[in-house]
Amino acid sequence: MTDTILEPPPHAAPIVFTRALLDWLPWLEPLAVEALTERHMEALVDAGRAKSAYFRLLARDPGALKARTLADKDIFYNQDAGLPRAERELAAAATSRFNGCIYCASVHSRFAATYSKREADVQRLLDDGVGADLGERWNAIVAAAVALSATPISFGPPHVERLRRAGLDDLAISDVIHAAAFFNWANRLMLSLGEPAET
Amino acid sequence: MGTDIIDRLVGIEPGSPLDAIRGRRPTAREQAQASYTALFAPEAAGGVSATERFAVASFVTSLNGEAETAMFYAAGLAESGASAGLRQAVDTAIVAATGQGPYGSFPTGPLSREDTPGPAHRLAPDTRATLGPRLAAAFEHVHLLVFHPRDAAPAALQPLLDAGWSTTDIVTLSQIAAFLSFQSRVVAGLRVLTGAL
Repeated sequence: MTDTILEPPPHAAPIVFTRALLDWLPWLEPLAVEALTERHMEALVDAGRAKSAYFRLLARDPGALKARTLADKDIFYNQDAGLPRAERELAAAATSRFNGCIYCASVHSRFAATYSKREADVQRLLDDGVGADLGERWNAIVAAAVALSATPISFGPPHVERLRRAGLDDLAISDVIHAAAFFNWANRLMLSLGEPAET
Repeated sequence: MGTDIIDRLVGIEPGSPLDAIRGRRPTAREQAQASYTALFAPEAAGGVSATERFAVASFVTSLNGEAETAMFYAAGLAESGASAGLRQAVDTAIVAATGQGPYGSFPTGPLSREDTPGPAHRLAPDTRATLGPRLAAAFEHVHLLVFHPRDAAPAALQPLLDAGWSTTDIVTLSQIAAFLSFQSRVVAGLRVLTGAL
């Protein structure tokens, strides 16, 4: 049988970047919860992700999903020094804003706001885009994420210099690179396999 | 140097400052490599052949502008047994598809003022003929992912289904293009950082 595209149920689509909680509706059939094997569950890493249509769709390639998820967690949650979590989330949110992933931006702008307690600055990034003035340290992180996200990649020595001047050490700069790079991965999956919906 | 692809492409020597920095995020390092293995040397190839995987990779990494990474995947394409004709068609497709992103449109509303319209890529007829229907559909789709992912729509998946890509194959194809968007950027970013240490 030929596979088919799913028709998402009627829903309100967000038309602006927002920190509100959004849903994500798949365009291709996720695995059914009852079809998940031990290998799929291992690829989901957290059993709770079996509730997510996005992760059950990605579970169709369990090897790729498992490695993606474990890399994601270390890039963002590893607390051994480097860039504070708030600013890893800022890099993720800026990348998502630049690429145009409203769903990804919603999740990671919420995290950035929660960890930094700078809700107004995060909201300005969402409202005004990656050119918003968020203070030099955040501007340097956003500019680095944007240059890295451009195609072709335009990240260069001036971006590293600016991050250094803003107070980031080499591990923190590596964290900016990984957080922005990872969201170039995540944005492309979320944007091309389904769509956001207001909850 | 070990077999870690990112280390190899950046030129990270054991004991170097960047080796130590990557060592502070050991799971990220190991799982970036595991992602490569899952997508390019999977236990079971499933519905996507090695030649298809490396052809798409060669196309995507070239468009990302990461020359070292692109050469690595072009070599992988040759090793996968791809014919000289196919490799030539991939190179021709790359030249014809080179561009700048991200562009695309937002949902109609306040964000429309940020719309940056740009083309959906169509392969030249002779390139399409040499690539064959499956790879031709894959190249046109991953061009969308590379340059203008915010233009994605359900209808963009139909040509893949029509060309014989199953839902599971499309997940793998999407992971390949998306993972390489990450890997190319880690390599490019760390290379700049190495030069600045």
